Amino acid sequence: MKSRILFLALVIFLIPAQGFAVSPDEVLDDPVLEERAREISKGLRCLVCQNQSIDDSDAGLARDLRLLVRERLVAGDSDEEVVNYIVSRYGEFVLLRPPFKLGTLVLWLGPLFLVLIGLVSIVIFFRRNREAVDRKKATVLPLSDMEQRRLRKILKERVT
Amino acid sequence: MSAELGHFALILALFVAIVQATLPLIGAQRNYAPWIALSKPTAYCQFALVAISFASLTHLHVTSDFSVLNVVQNSHTAKPMLYKIAGVWGNHEGSLLLWVQILSLFGAAVALFGANLPPAFRSRVLAVQAMIAVGFYLFILITSNPFERIMPPPLNGRDLNPLLQDMGLALHPPMLYLGYVGFSIAFSFAIAALIEGRVDAAWARWVRPWTLAAWMFLTAGNALGSWWAYYELGWGGWWFWDPVENASFMPWLAGTALLHSAVVVEKRDTLKGWTVLLAIIAFSMSLLGTFLVRSGVLTSVHAFATDPARGVFILALLIIVIGGSLALFAWRGPQLKSGGLFQPISREGALLFNNLGMTVAAAAVLLGTLYPLFLDAIGGSKISVGAPFFNAVFIPLMIPLIIAMAIGPLLNWKRGDLIPALTRLKLVFLISIVAGAATWAMEMDGPFMGVIGIALAVWLGASTLAELAGRIHLFRAGPAETLRRLGRVPRATWGMTLGHFGLALAIAGMTGAASWKVESIQAMKPGEMVNVGGYEFTFDGAQQGKGPNYDIVTGKFTVRRDGEKVVDMLAEKRIYPVRNMPTTEAAIHTMISGDLYAVIGDPEGADGAYVTRLYFNPLVVWMWIGAIVMVLGGAISVTDVRHRIGVPHRRRPATAAKPAEA
Repeated sequence: MKSRILFLALVIFLIPAQGFAVSPDEVLDDPVLEERAREISKGLRCLVCQNQSIDDSDAGLARDLRLLVRERLVAGDSDEEVVNYIVSRYGEFVLLRPPFKLGTLVLWLGPLFLVLIGLVSIVIFFRRNREAVDRKKATVLPLSDMEQRRLRKILKERVT
Repeated sequence: MSAELGHFALILALFVAIVQATLPLIGAQRNYAPWIALSKPTAYCQFALVAISFASLTHLHVTSDFSVLNVVQNSHTAKPMLYKIAGVWGNHEGSLLLWVQILSLFGAAVALFGANLPPAFRSRVLAVQAMIAVGFYLFILITSNPFERIMPPPLNGRDLNPLLQDMGLALHPPMLYLGYVGFSIAFSFAIAALIEGRVDAAWARWVRPWTLAAWMFLTAGNALGSWWAYYELGWGGWWFWDPVENASFMPWLAGTALLHSAVVVEKRDTLKGWTVLLAIIAFSMSLLGTFLVRSGVLTSVHAFATDPARGVFILALLIIVIGGSLALFAWRGPQLKSGGLFQPISREGALLFNNLGMTVAAAAVLLGTLYPLFLDAIGGSKISVGAPFFNAVFIPLMIPLIIAMAIGPLLNWKRGDLIPALTRLKLVFLISIVAGAATWAMEMDGPFMGVIGIALAVWLGASTLAELAGRIHLFRAGPAETLRRLGRVPRATWGMTLGHFGLALAIAGMTGAASWKVESIQAMKPGEMVNVGGYEFTFDGAQQGKGPNYDIVTGKFTVRRDGEKVVDMLAEKRIYPVRNMPTTEAAIHTMISGDLYAVIGDPEGADGAYVTRLYFNPLVVWMWIGAIVMVLGGAISVTDVRHRIGVPHRRRPATAAKPAEA
């Protein structure tokens, strides 16, 4: 079985499993509760799939988890309690949105850090740019009187 | 016989590539003309040899030669001919052969059309191309030989994965590979430029069409993939932030950045080092994308370990290519002197801002994709990084970028002025606020992101049109003058206009489908009716049937709106007996306002009832229309006359007789 899963996973593009996810017999009668169940399901990982939520997956285990979520909701748990319950049983691996903690610091702050690095490098780039302009200005000597006169003459010729 | 011929041709191609990778490079260094000239015939020869190899594998698949392992694992005599051919690249080994086929094709194209390149430079470009090829040939020959025989040959094959027996997925890999490999040209040009220590406008003019072409194919490939997911997976999803999707999205992001920075090199002779670096990054991301998908490392670190030969080879190749090119960049990059200076608020500044957003986005996607592997490898906890993470990071990065996209094209080169640009967008701003407010009024209960998405789409779309209107003096000059100006808009500008406008359409489509999808899942008896988003779906029952290599259940639905018939829909469920796998063929009726989408599932009870899934996906079709418009923009831009002329030359003095307009 395991090798089969591996094989399937390795097939050309690692396609997400065929999606016959939520079936009618799972759906709760209370539409508000069902909506909450769907939202929670979207954030929980199907453990045997490749990066799929239990809401999208047709795997047996995903179905079990979906039923479990609904069971807890019917029992009166809040959304947070349901998620905590699932995490306590399956670990943080089930969370598609990893929690913010020491091990995920680089993950969560990385993009922000990159934006900052990018902005700082752009600022430095423009600084250097301006310095180059200043240097250019410094090296260019002002026109001498003779040159000024010639310039005026040329300009006059142009106009007439 | 065919298998041995293909195998042998591939081995020969390896040796030709080794020659092409070394002698022309040495020749260019020592200015020895015969060795420089060697790069052309070797490029043609390589292409011909790989073509023989590819044709051999195709022949084996078409004739169902079950003495070859690759055919056994991926084919079946009952498979339709189209998928026998598509099956050639619908597997690991074959897809790599397709990769080198495209690589050698592009190499030959550089040799053929590169007449206006300095010979030494061209030979260096082709030598770098050949180095990449050597890596791939070795990888195929040592670890992934598609021509391996099997003894004794079985009577029939194991068939191609049914999910792959589909037009969309038959075309998806070649499109992506054309994109990936297209960036290899930009990469080779970048490396050759680093070796020579020179990047100029002519360089950018050469790199741009190749980058554009690669970008077009990658756009099309990604759109095709999401479209396939949409109609094939049976619940209307189209993007999952799956590592495999990310693998092809990262090069797209980097390539988009490269496209924009190459404009600055060409027009203003600056940002050279950065553009060369982007070319290296875009191709590195492509390599990474290919190998992430191929090595199995994504499934888990353990899958990677089950086939260490491939994994180790891949890792080594990645380190050599990426590490080597970055080292070369660190060494030679500082020599690339930049010319034109510019202010932060300018066209160049706006393009640089695009580069910042795109590269950070690509890096963030890379981080999210590899982080679980990285954490696992260093012995940390096992975590998942899924769609909620990517949405939380990617969307906030894109919003400022889209806002700026509207303003950038209105700024002048070198030194722009923000106030006049913003003044020109006053009306556009008003329209997008009204559009957002209207959306909010209509969809009070929906997510607020939907309102923002629509407002952004309108902002970008309207500002793009406003830029074009300003360019052709619409309503300011007479209609004749406007038309004359319209005819004179350069093709590259059309590319920008269509590219940006296409993105606006795509944003509208993504927003609609993500925010206001209506779903209904139930068991339906024949004659029963369900209302989905104002459309009444009546189930007319299901029928059994047989396809060429599958069994089939067809469910019929009649859809009405306010009692009036809209359409009949036939949803299929197929079972492929060889692998005992089901696939869904959703019935989709596309309208401007959204798609009606029906899926039939398993029978429920004995009275002809079936599980059905019915959806209304608002605006979704605009996502793909947008992608088509973007690709079209790229295609028009590629044909810009500048790319054909190559080197800029001064116009004749104004006193000379004006030639007639074409």
